[in-house]
Amino acid sequence: MMPRDAAGLRMRKEAVSSRGMQALALGISVLFLVMLLLLLAKSRPLLSGYSLTEVLLSSHWDPARGQFGFAPVILGTFYVTFIAMLIAVPVSLLCAVYLSEYAPGRVRRMFSSFIGVLAGIPSVVFGICALLVFVPLVADYIGPWVGVETTGLCILTAGLILAVMVFPIAISLSYESLQALPIELREASLSMGATRWETTRKVLFKAAGPGMLSAILLGFGRAFGETMAVAMVVGGKNQMPSLFAAGQTLPSLIVSSVGEMMSLPLEQSALVFVALFLFVVVTVFNLLARWVEKRLQARWKI
Amino acid sequence: MKDILIRTENLNLWYGDKQALIDITMEVPGNMITALIGPSGCGKSTLLRCFNRMNDIIDDCRIEGSVFFGERNIYEQGIDPVEIRKNVGMVFQKPNPFPKSVYDNVAYGPRVQGIEAKKNLDRIVEQSLHDAALWDEVSDRLQESAMGLSGGQQQRLCIARALAIQPEVILMDEPCSSLDPIATAKIEDLMGELKKNYTVIIVTHNMQQAARVSDYTGFMYLGKLIEFGETKQIFESPQEQLTENYITGRFG
Repeated sequence: MMPRDAAGLRMRKEAVSSRGMQALALGISVLFLVMLLLLLAKSRPLLSGYSLTEVLLSSHWDPARGQFGFAPVILGTFYVTFIAMLIAVPVSLLCAVYLSEYAPGRVRRMFSSFIGVLAGIPSVVFGICALLVFVPLVADYIGPWVGVETTGLCILTAGLILAVMVFPIAISLSYESLQALPIELREASLSMGATRWETTRKVLFKAAGPGMLSAILLGFGRAFGETMAVAMVVGGKNQMPSLFAAGQTLPSLIVSSVGEMMSLPLEQSALVFVALFLFVVVTVFNLLARWVEKRLQARWKI
Repeated sequence: MKDILIRTENLNLWYGDKQALIDITMEVPGNMITALIGPSGCGKSTLLRCFNRMNDIIDDCRIEGSVFFGERNIYEQGIDPVEIRKNVGMVFQKPNPFPKSVYDNVAYGPRVQGIEAKKNLDRIVEQSLHDAALWDEVSDRLQESAMGLSGGQQQRLCIARALAIQPEVILMDEPCSSLDPIATAKIEDLMGELKKNYTVIIVTHNMQQAARVSDYTGFMYLGKLIEFGETKQIFESPQEQLTENYITGRFG
């Protein structure tokens, strides 16, 4: 038996610590709400002067003359993200299938820890590598090959490096959703004379589909919001996007304008609006990823 | 003895350094139910999986010896395990339907083997479900997800799926171990029907089950086939002391 007051002290510690941790968790959640409200409040000046459709659809961007059209930047962002996903989705899925279904144990362990490391590399490093490899590649080979003159600092290059940056998250998440499938599912298919590829295509893709789709959506969110690496290679020119021309994306617009932010109050508000836009789109995609996963799982009662 | 369909000769199997099957020589008669019994880890499931080369998918598994289907050794060089498996259906311990509709589950094997005509598939699906004694329960929900069936129904669906490839042999790896007594009784009745057209090999933990359903029984212990014979003889007058100890419940 413990002395009475010692036991009382233990209970008090327990109560205090659980309350404390609860408060921390709550505080973190509130933090996100505060961020959203802050972004909303600070983009008010822009939105009280211009209508939302005007801001989203106009293609004229000239803060000094009071023109805030985001269409080129928004399109530019979707453009680079689309290029990235076009490359990243098939490559990542096939890579995950190889790792999960074909690779021997040793290769699998090595490769998956390598992918984990890749996910942790700061994005400037990817940016530097893109400057060293992709920019000359696009300027000296791909551009001339299709008969276009380009500096290599362009939408295509940004899309390429984004694809590389989406690989780790898309590969590891789809790999995990394949690994989570019971071995019995594979055995059932193989035992009926299906090959490994038939098993993957006809059974595993369907069973792991929700997880894979969610991996793709999260990869999309990653590409959509990526800032540094894109800002370094996209060219930083606020014009309607074209594959081999310099362009601008929402995140890269913020970093490239952040120095002037203090001088023009309306421009500050415009950049906050861009941040709000990013916040909303990326949040929506993350929520969508979860919802789709749950929905599909319920559909097949997996 | 009846006609021999499958014959193993000096079959040895290793997982890495560990030997799991030791010098197994055995003859499985056709159109009979053969049960493999023995304590956990004795190698009975491993032996079962040798009959359709399912051990091939395990990384560090090595096999020596032969398994003859008729005159053909399925472990001979140049034999494609995928082809072997088209002739051997398998039912697993846990019901493992695909996350597809009831229909697509049963049609899976035929489709893999190149049957695409809707009329043929319909016929095979209906016939297989009939043969697995499931048709009456699912005929009005063929397009619903198989995951919504009960455990016993799922297992009969898995049997129907295995029958749909029109195999010669059906391997069952403890097919009732996750089912309740009523579902188990249904599967056992079904086995009696199946042996008219198929050769069935079943691994079971349940000795009463082996005694009830099988014609021949093999008792395995520590990777060896200790005794093999007619079920009646194995259970009533075993020749080996180990067999007797096991079936009388002195260990296992």
